[in-house]
Parts: sequence; C-alpha cells; structure tokens
Amino acid sequence: MKSQVLVITSGKGGVGKTTTTANLGTALAMMNHKVVLVDTDLGLRNLDVVMGLENRIVFDIVDVVNGNCKIKQALIRDKRFEGLCLLPAAQTKDKTAITPHQMKNLTNELRKEFDFILVDCPAGIEQGFKNAIAGADNAVVVATPEVSSVRDADRIVGLLEAAGLLGARLIINRLRTKMVKHGDMMDIDDILDILSIELLGVVPEDESIIVSTNRGEPAVLENNSPAGAAYKRIAHRITGEYLPIPVYDSNTENFIDRFRRILRLAK
Amino acid sequence: MIIVDFLTKIFGKDGSNSKDVAKKRLQLVLVHDRASISPEILNKLKEDMIRLIGHYLEIDEAALQVTLENEKDTVALVANIPILGLKRAAN
Repeated sequence: MKSQVLVITSGKGGVGKTTTTANLGTALAMMNHKVVLVDTDLGLRNLDVVMGLENRIVFDIVDVVNGNCKIKQALIRDKRFEGLCLLPAAQTKDKTAITPHQMKNLTNELRKEFDFILVDCPAGIEQGFKNAIAGADNAVVVATPEVSSVRDADRIVGLLEAAGLLGARLIINRLRTKMVKHGDMMDIDDILDILSIELLGVVPEDESIIVSTNRGEPAVLENNSPAGAAYKRIAHRITGEYLPIPVYDSNTENFIDRFRRILRLAK
Repeated sequence: MIIVDFLTKIFGKDGSNSKDVAKKRLQLVLVHDRASISPEILNKLKEDMIRLIGHYLEIDEAALQVTLENEKDTVALVANIPILGLKRAAN
C-alpha cells in the first residue's frame, strides 16, 4: 500500500486539531496500520500530552532535521499499539527552526516506514503552517460550527489550493445536536454550503474528550464515547471505505422538545 | 410578555434563528475574503467611480452604493448610482 501524508489543519486555534490527530492516528493503528503522528507546533507542543507520551521524549523533530539524532531515536513508540509512533515537536525552539524543504525530506523518509503520516499543524497561516503542509499529499480541515472557525477554514482551503493541495476534506467538530435543533447552531448543510469541500466526517460535542485528554488516552480507546466512535468511522473513511455519516439526533429530548414535537406532528 | 416568551419557546421562532444570522454574515464576509478586496479598496473604487462618472453625469454621491454580492458561485460588483441630471454640453 502506498503511504499517505495527511496534514490536519484549521487556521483557528482550539478547534480540535491535536485531538483529531491523536484520535485518528490511534484509530488507524487499531486497524493494524503503521502510523506516525508528527507534531509541528514548535514551541507549543501538545500532541505528546494528549497521547499520554510526554514522559518519554528524548529527542524532537528539530533534532531530527538538524541531524542531531536519527529519526528512529526521536520516534516514541506507543506501547498500546504496535506500529503507532509519535515524533514530538520541540518545546524550546520557534517555528523558523524548520524549513518547508526539510519537512518534505522528513515526510519522505517517514514514508519508507509508515502507512499513514499524520501531521498536526499549528494554528495560524505563517511559517508553521507552511512547514506542516510542505510534505503533505492531502489535507484534513477541522472546523467547529462557529462563524470564526468557518471563516478561517475557508481561508485555509484557499491557501491549501494555492499550495497545490486541491482535495482538502472537512471534519466538522464539536457539533451540538441540541443547539442545531433549536436553530442556534449552523448544521452540516449550512457549513458545506459555505465551504463547498468534501465532508470527511462529523464529530459530536462530547465531554468524554476532556476526560480522555486528562488521562492521556485518546477517546477512540473508550467504548462509550460518541466522539471516539465518530473518529473511528472517519479513520475507516480515510482508508477508502465508504461509511455513511450518521444523523446526529439528540437523545436528551426534554419536556419542551417533546411537547413541541407532538404539537408539530398534530398540525 | 411571559406568555409570548413561553409560546415562542414552544413553537420555535421562524426566520430569526441565530444560525441563519451566522450563515448570512459568513457569506457576506467570505465574499470579501475570497475576492481579497478590503473595504478600503472598495471605498477607493467608489471614489474613483464618482470622479469618472461625475464627468458625464450629475450623480447623487451620498446615495451611491458599491457592494460585492454573492450569487450562487459567482461574485458580482454591484453599483447603485442614482442620477440627478444629465450634464449638458456647453454649446
């Protein structure tokens, strides 16, 4: 199988790039693929703590591109899954410590060993973004159903196209079904109308993400997490399987909702 | 007032959902973002148009509107220029 380099990006910060990278990577590893997660957020590394691997870092991505160590020495093997590795970002350097050219060489080197190379992109559209997308075959854009996030996602799609990455796919993250029902949050169709890119998946708002991040265990390892289940489905889609996007229906219908529904049905 | 609130809560408001407001605002702001035309550039364009058209027609400068509008997949520059009168050539 030909390996894939996917960059997970969003423009806006705090929409779930790192959580998405950790969960998709873990889900792909659960499907017996060889996966490496590359954190390119130099100076603000976080993928290590989300994965629960922060205590095992010796070398980082800047050490690798500068030739201070071999790639194998910097890769942290996840003990939960064979074939799942993390290449951590540097915490004390800034975004200019790596060039897009070095990044391209690095991803090409990683292709020899792994089926999936998931690159966690920093927020923003500057050097860090340019580095992260340099070696990518394709992009996954993460957006939440909010005006600021969708606007930034649109800008990112434009920048990706300008860089030759034409087939970016969208993950709508943190969808709140109850708010959508009440007309207080844009729904999937609203967002697709605006962004007009292919939808890769929808992840519902889920408190268990916070719990799993607290523990350093991605939500896909949890059996009862709705977000974890959504990430697993997305991982299957990434491998080329067709899986329909489920209809997210709030199962917490309250008295008013119920009353309203009955009245509507009666009309 | 309480009864009205209660009824709108039950039946839901039509047409004034906050998500519709969000979508409209986004569509408008993205027209500018995508065209990479800032409001300042649009203002300059407006001034230039006033100067150019002013040579031929007497126009209502205060009421002149120049906007970018988004229809389906195309962006159009829409100018609304009220004419006060034609300038007659001085014979």
